[in-house]
Amino acid sequence: MSTGPAVAVHGLRKNYGKVEAVKGVDFEVAPGEVFGFLGPNGAGKTTTISMLCTLVDPTGGSALVAGHDVVRERDEVRRNIGLVFQDPTLDGYLSAEQNLRFHAELYGVPKNVVGDRIRQVVEMVALWDRKDAKVMTFSGGMKRRLEIARGLLHSPRVLFLDEPTVGLDPQTRSAIWGYINELRRLEDITIFMTTHYMDEAEYCDRIAIIDHGEVVVIDSPEALKASVGKDRVQIHTGDDAAAIAALRERFGVEAAVREGAVTFAVASGEEFVPRLFAELGMPITSVSVSRPSLDDVFMSYTGSTIRDAESGADAMSWMRTMARR
Amino acid sequence: MATEAISVRIPARGAGHDLRAVKVVLHRELLRFVNDRTRMASMLLQPVLWLFVMGTGLGSLVRGSIPGVDFRTFMYPGMISMTVIMTGMFSAGSIVWDREFGFLREMLVAPVSRSAIVVGKCLGGALVATGQGVVILAMAGLVGVPYSPSLMLTLLAEMFLAAFTITAFGVTLAARMKNMQTFFGLMQMAIMPMMFLSGAMFPLANLPSWLHVLTVVNPMTYAVDPMRHAVFSHLDVPAQVDAVLNPGVRWFDFQVPVGLELGLVAALGLALMTAAIAQFRRAE
Repeated sequence: MSTGPAVAVHGLRKNYGKVEAVKGVDFEVAPGEVFGFLGPNGAGKTTTISMLCTLVDPTGGSALVAGHDVVRERDEVRRNIGLVFQDPTLDGYLSAEQNLRFHAELYGVPKNVVGDRIRQVVEMVALWDRKDAKVMTFSGGMKRRLEIARGLLHSPRVLFLDEPTVGLDPQTRSAIWGYINELRRLEDITIFMTTHYMDEAEYCDRIAIIDHGEVVVIDSPEALKASVGKDRVQIHTGDDAAAIAALRERFGVEAAVREGAVTFAVASGEEFVPRLFAELGMPITSVSVSRPSLDDVFMSYTGSTIRDAESGADAMSWMRTMARR
Repeated sequence: MATEAISVRIPARGAGHDLRAVKVVLHRELLRFVNDRTRMASMLLQPVLWLFVMGTGLGSLVRGSIPGVDFRTFMYPGMISMTVIMTGMFSAGSIVWDREFGFLREMLVAPVSRSAIVVGKCLGGALVATGQGVVILAMAGLVGVPYSPSLMLTLLAEMFLAAFTITAFGVTLAARMKNMQTFFGLMQMAIMPMMFLSGAMFPLANLPSWLHVLTVVNPMTYAVDPMRHAVFSHLDVPAQVDAVLNPGVRWFDFQVPVGLELGLVAALGLALMTAAIAQFRRAE
């Protein structure tokens, strides 16, 4: 087994007609890492992952996955990766086990281990008691779990998860994260995932923030949060405009209305709040102080919250969907 | 839960691996068919209607002109072809279904050659269609066709060949198709004229020359004719009736032998399958 990076990407680009979906990204993922691609819909996450999985040909640049070039050594890459897509790719008319057997045969999993391996991955996602049920009777969460099991069946070196928890209820989401953590303990595997849930990005070893087809920053969640440094304070007042003006005048703080509240960042929020009440000179109906989250990181690097960015990126997302068809 | 992972090492790609892929794609086709009873029944209904309702009705009309032969006996090989063709096309159509529901992607990202997937699909469709044809085969006695083992085996083999070619045709059509409606529309458009012009429903002897030309260029003619030839060779039919009902296919003055007809169908099937493989390679 090679000891090079699990994924190495240099100047990777993809254009759909005149739209630059991915504008030359560079990054490396170390073996055993959980690497998160974080960005709003339409930022280029799925396009990038599709290129790494050999589903889309890059317009330019290069990418190595498990040491193999995604264009020139497509089959080698495919043998070494597992995929879980946003949309299910199971055959609903077959049982869970039949779906996995199909996969095992298609990937050439040695016959003497197929049965044991299927049992292991299905037990991991807690579906063993449902293995004989047709997949069409499964809920969305069960399907996703089965897909994760299937993606692991052939012991890939890199598992790609494209929005693995999108559209799932919170309970199932946390269950899926449980499996992923279990997986890291059990298997020698690198996980490459995309998400636009900020709270999920915290599970990653490192995060690349991608926006408008470019990687803005790559670091561990802790380092990213530390780089933002400041606490986030939100207050509700009777007159937001006056409050913003007063904050600028008396404290030298730039504030803006976000999520319906006057929001600003200060070095140590807990100590700032008493001064705020004493000196703002107007009534405050509520106050909240939060430590920097990845949301703030995203905001500080891209200048917008992930939700704001998404509304602007819908057109791009639509282009991508059309191009994928 | 096991505490140690069972590690899987996938061997390098080779003929053995491709063969496994062919087998599993084929196997899935059979599983899907066996699980879908409605489809099985609906695929049988049409030929049975044609054979016993239309066949009986038309038969009473033409009884005088074909002494000694039940018109349904004449229609029988045609209805076998019809069953096989509809079932084969339907199997091929599942590619479009798979694309719509994402399963095609599971196959296309696998480290197997595109040809393994297409070959598996064509053979699977052909097997399913042949299985369906066996049901019609079992009805032979009802329309005066003898249950001779040699006849049954010949028909079975010819059915498989026809089914393979039509599935390959369907897969070529489906390779680029994005939704089921388009596929079924196109399928209807292709099947109806092919059925009418193949000699499945009426004898091809003494047709006006424009119609004769159309029947000769229709590939299905060459799938139906050998089956009819096989059936009639096991019957005791007056020569002049045989000449009307089982005239064979003529290119100008050349009587096309059954072997050549079967060869044509096989060659067409292989050509269509190659075209389908090329389509899937290009789509990557």
